Amino acid sequence: MNEPPTGRARFMDARLPPEGGTPRSSLRTPPQETIGRVRFMDAQRVNLDGFAAPDPRLGLIAMSAPGDPAPSLVITEGRVTELDGRAEADFDSIDEFIARHGLDLAAAGEAMALDDIALARLMVDPFTPRAEVIRLTAGVTPAKLARVLALLAPAELTMAMTKLRARRTPSNQAHVTNRLDDPLLLAADAATAAAFGFREVETTVPVLADAPSNAVACLIGATVASPGVLIQCSVEEAAELELGMRGLTSYAETVSLYGTEQVFTDGDDTPWSKAFLASAYASRGMKMRVSSGAGAEVLMAGAEGKSMLYLESRCVALARAIGAQGVQNGGIDGASVAASVPSGLRELMAENVMVMARGLESCSGNDALMSESDMRRTSRTLPIVLAGSDFVFSGFGSIQRYDNMFGPSNFNAEDIDDFLAMQRDWGIDGGLRTVSPARLAELRREAAQACADVYRYLGLADFTHVDLAADAAGSKDLGEVDTLAILGAAQAIAQRGLTAVDIVAALDECGYPDYAERSLAFVRARLAGDYLQTSAIFDEQLNVLSLVTDPNDYAGPGTGYAPAPARQAEIDAIRQVRGVEDLRAAQARSGARQRQATPGLLAPLGPAGPGTDPRDVVIGVSPALALDVWECLSGQPVRDVVAEILAGLEEEGCTARVVRFPATVDLGQIGLLAARLSGSGIGIGLQGKGTALIHRRDLAPLANLELYSVAPSVTPQLYRLLGANAARHAKGATPDPARNPYSDEAIEARYHTTVIALMELERARVLPGAAPVELSLEGFR
Amino acid sequence: MSEQQAPAPEPPARALSGRALSGRPVAEITLEAVRAGEVGLADLRMHPDTLEHQAVVAERHGNPQLAANLRRAAELTALPDDEVMTIYEALRPGRSSAAGLTALAASLDARGLPRCAALVAEAAAIYARRGLAST
Repeated sequence: MNEPPTGRARFMDARLPPEGGTPRSSLRTPPQETIGRVRFMDAQRVNLDGFAAPDPRLGLIAMSAPGDPAPSLVITEGRVTELDGRAEADFDSIDEFIARHGLDLAAAGEAMALDDIALARLMVDPFTPRAEVIRLTAGVTPAKLARVLALLAPAELTMAMTKLRARRTPSNQAHVTNRLDDPLLLAADAATAAAFGFREVETTVPVLADAPSNAVACLIGATVASPGVLIQCSVEEAAELELGMRGLTSYAETVSLYGTEQVFTDGDDTPWSKAFLASAYASRGMKMRVSSGAGAEVLMAGAEGKSMLYLESRCVALARAIGAQGVQNGGIDGASVAASVPSGLRELMAENVMVMARGLESCSGNDALMSESDMRRTSRTLPIVLAGSDFVFSGFGSIQRYDNMFGPSNFNAEDIDDFLAMQRDWGIDGGLRTVSPARLAELRREAAQACADVYRYLGLADFTHVDLAADAAGSKDLGEVDTLAILGAAQAIAQRGLTAVDIVAALDECGYPDYAERSLAFVRARLAGDYLQTSAIFDEQLNVLSLVTDPNDYAGPGTGYAPAPARQAEIDAIRQVRGVEDLRAAQARSGARQRQATPGLLAPLGPAGPGTDPRDVVIGVSPALALDVWECLSGQPVRDVVAEILAGLEEEGCTARVVRFPATVDLGQIGLLAARLSGSGIGIGLQGKGTALIHRRDLAPLANLELYSVAPSVTPQLYRLLGANAARHAKGATPDPARNPYSDEAIEARYHTTVIALMELERARVLPGAAPVELSLEGFR
Repeated sequence: MSEQQAPAPEPPARALSGRALSGRPVAEITLEAVRAGEVGLADLRMHPDTLEHQAVVAERHGNPQLAANLRRAAELTALPDDEVMTIYEALRPGRSSAAGLTALAASLDARGLPRCAALVAEAAAIYARRGLAST
């Protein structure tokens, strides 16, 4: 992560006319003059976000700032002597490193001679091989690449990402942290993240000294749920490297790069120190990516009048030059800065595509909450989910927002079901999968228990809150926690120099030989070094998937990554899916309960005949009602609904019969047939789902007297009113008009699947031409 | 579509014939060995030959910079952790004079780390020009 945002500069209404115009924004109008419609708009959450007036001087510009240099590259005797308008003698340290190490001079002449638009088209064109784009991009300067990417429209960025991503199979990374550094909760949450399919888990600490404990807890938790999950503990570089050296963590990504020399130096590094650090990580067998992204320089008042995309282009060129296998970018901590300016989200995505074009792994941001608006934060992330990235998130907040010690991510624990639904909606692989509630409970408990056992065995701490941690939705559910014990455990791990081997041995001794073996297999797999290649992850069989072993082969429709049938089934089978048989079983349970309370409830008595009493009103019910359908969409039992209607009829002095019409599912027909059978000429139609109407024998089928159409919202009082009004129609009195209840719920989203299943139950009971059947009123009198 | 457009996935190198830095064959890092107390920190560390092999793979896949990084890493396997951190510290801004970096480069070169030495020597020159060296 880069420096945290420290303040907001010049945030004004971006819709203001450029100069001399009249401010029209409600935000600048005194409250008493603001009309209700605008007050309502102002109150929406999107208006908590800051929108900045573009100001290239401050770097508040997404792409193509007037101060961005024109691309240029001069090579003299095999040496770069001018880069993007700057002569060799004036190179700053970033220019110098890129010039000496970052460019493929063999491709440079050809690549720099290409029109910007021609190169932009090659990035999108599915018939130009990815490798060709990578070859040419290796020869272009930062200014050139920024210009080319600024030409790509959002849909083209999506295409380019689909095509240029290094690894064929997309994946995802999770943040796993909590406010207390509680190890048992970390273990349970790491197991949860691994179970949901995250292949990298990144933790960090509110208390620096806790870091070794967090690394161990996440390692144990992830191992319980899945083999081969890469673990990172993001702390200060020396401490992070030490954890890696001991095999407790397996990757690092917080090696920050910046686009200007001043900010780079303020960050207390140079390109050479970072290049050395990259080698140091690799020498200890750790996968490493660098971190950069829009807004970092702006926040440190060091953008030097350059656009965000140009500065990031320097970072990405430098990342390639120092030999990093990948880049975490797309804003990161500065995401909301980019989001505050026009085309900011486009810039964030262009950063990721730029990394891919340079042939590196993209860990594609989306790890900082960039808006208070659910729509804006979804809009920011969706195109990357659709395109697929090496890592769709560089940290999906798999834990509660309040527990995320990186700060809330753009998606968090409360969004996991949303994300799973989005994968299913679009039929794409965002790296996650559904976990059954029972499996999740089992894994969380096992992870917390294994962690407690290992800590006890190693003499680190004696924790007893396994059940609490397994159940907790977040650290606020843990109650009082002994934070000194956590610190003590962390210090012991550090001082005793515990390694991954100690954890393996402890797991084995504590009765978890399978997890011990799984952990050790991971140690062995890492020693082969394949996971140091670009975009490497381990799958659950410990195969490395990378640029080398799983190269992206997208070349138009019908090519590239598509989920295998088993994986697609996993994506599609979210836990909320219900079918007709699920509904049939639920309805049968409800029916059994009602019949247990009232034996003979609505049982068939025999053929129904015409009534003669002028006060006779027939309640006609649908074919499956009181056979397979026992509960209406409103959740009311059929018995209660019929009881209310009968009570309404009785209040107005009418008598009633309940008759099933097995020949049709059409409610208008049922109501009309009921009216024709009734002595009064008034009938009521009732479907199993709860939709009801009043009909008269001389009307056309569709021309009913009253319709209660929004079945989920019909209350007991309304059913009673329906009965009373039917009686009033029968007596020639004036009915009291019913108003269908108002709802702002997504009522169709909530109920349509159930309606479809209920109608299927009804249709299965249809007997064409069958006579109406009178039903028992046992229990209603 | 011509055939040359489809990149061929390459089989991984993870035949367990490789060795850890300690020299122990990776295949012998077993639970039995752990139980016998035979597995130590050097068995968790990557062998320089492994890093060299990965450098060759990176080069073959068009990334000479990653290859160079992995070759510097192979050299660094010979150094203890604290010395690695000391060199890193020396390369941070304002920590070393140009002459100090030049001397460090010479010492690395003499100890068989020519690639790391070249990186440090290059830094010495640019740090002096850009005011990143201590005075």
